[in-house]
Amino acid sequence: MIAALLRRDLAQFFPFTGSGAALPVVFFVAVAMLFPFAVGPDANILAKTGGGVVWIAALLAAILPLEKLVARDIELGFFDQLKLRGMAEEAMMAVRLAAHWLSFGPPLVLATFPAAALLKIEGESFTILTLGLIVGTPGLAAIGLMIAALTASLRAGAALSGLLLIPLALPILIFGAGALARQDQVSLGFVGAISLGLVALAPFAAGAAIRAAREN
Amino acid sequence: MQASPPSLIADNLACRRGERLLFRRLSFKLAPGAACHVTGANGAGKTTLIRALAGLTTPYAGTVTREGALALLDERTGLDPDLPLGRSLAFWFGVDGAAEGEAIMTRLRLDALAEVPVRYLSTGQKKRAALARVLGQAAPIWLLDEPLSGLDTASQALVSALVRDHCAAGGIALIASHQPLDVPGMTSFAIEDFAPAEAEEEEDA
Repeated sequence: MIAALLRRDLAQFFPFTGSGAALPVVFFVAVAMLFPFAVGPDANILAKTGGGVVWIAALLAAILPLEKLVARDIELGFFDQLKLRGMAEEAMMAVRLAAHWLSFGPPLVLATFPAAALLKIEGESFTILTLGLIVGTPGLAAIGLMIAALTASLRAGAALSGLLLIPLALPILIFGAGALARQDQVSLGFVGAISLGLVALAPFAAGAAIRAAREN
Repeated sequence: MQASPPSLIADNLACRRGERLLFRRLSFKLAPGAACHVTGANGAGKTTLIRALAGLTTPYAGTVTREGALALLDERTGLDPDLPLGRSLAFWFGVDGAAEGEAIMTRLRLDALAEVPVRYLSTGQKKRAALARVLGQAAPIWLLDEPLSGLDTASQALVSALVRDHCAAGGIALIASHQPLDVPGMTSFAIEDFAPAEAEEEEDA
């Protein structure tokens, strides 16, 4: 059942197969494309600030799919039907987390190649940026899932989730973008640790949230 | 699948929605082959009862004991609106290991709609699609919440026939509906009979 659910969730959220799910990646590349126009083509400035811009773009791209991530399947009664078949909410949310990350994490990392070229990020900086996104995006996905589940039963959930994600994502952003500024890969360890902690926590928090959403 | 015969027992059940107590002291016992029709006006608590029986919500008081797997039909189909009906149902048939998915769709006259995205289906067609999902689950206990709403006369007769077959095969069906069903031997109760009296409600609150 887990495998069937993962296949279904991936089909829902993966870019170009799901409904409008390519948007986060397009958004990400669009920000990287527009930034040189806004600050001018000076390669030094771009190389200095570009990494931070990529991180912010990644963060915002992670917010885009949140609206549909959990609320839609609650409305559909989808989770209820899985529950009747004996699946725990935590398992549903763990699968959803995997699908959510797979649908925006790896595409974002791939999109970093054109983004980095546009922003003149090269050499060691590029390695740190790419590694940072690889270890950081699972954490962003986990925060996103928790928030999406918590706000699923609220009317203004979509607007709220963006606001909620930003402060929670600060640690990842600080260490991830900080690693670029200092050119040190040690900070990436922190990003990875934060990510792992969040990934471990998210299925339980999100599972409890959708259970609670049923009671009202 | 299950060792013991299916059963569904509610003991001294009480449920509330928000702060309002909807019903209390509701007890019944459904044995294999039993069909039970729950009647009641809109908002009387039929859906609340069904969700509590399904174990999706915790009742305010009392217990639900159930033996055997359970299939639920309510106003939400559980089918992906963007997918064609055939693929959307195939997900649930796959999860439930239903081999005769084609036959089920034919029986519910859905075979011509297999390529149509679920969101384009009419209310009655969606209801039939959800019934197909229930059939594919092959669960011994059926909880049907308003299975007749939105259906034409022919489809309503079909629902009655499906429930008859299900119960004849030893299944249990509990149907919440304000419309009549043609199922012989079906018991019936009105949920309003278990609504608290005004004075009692204040005392309980």
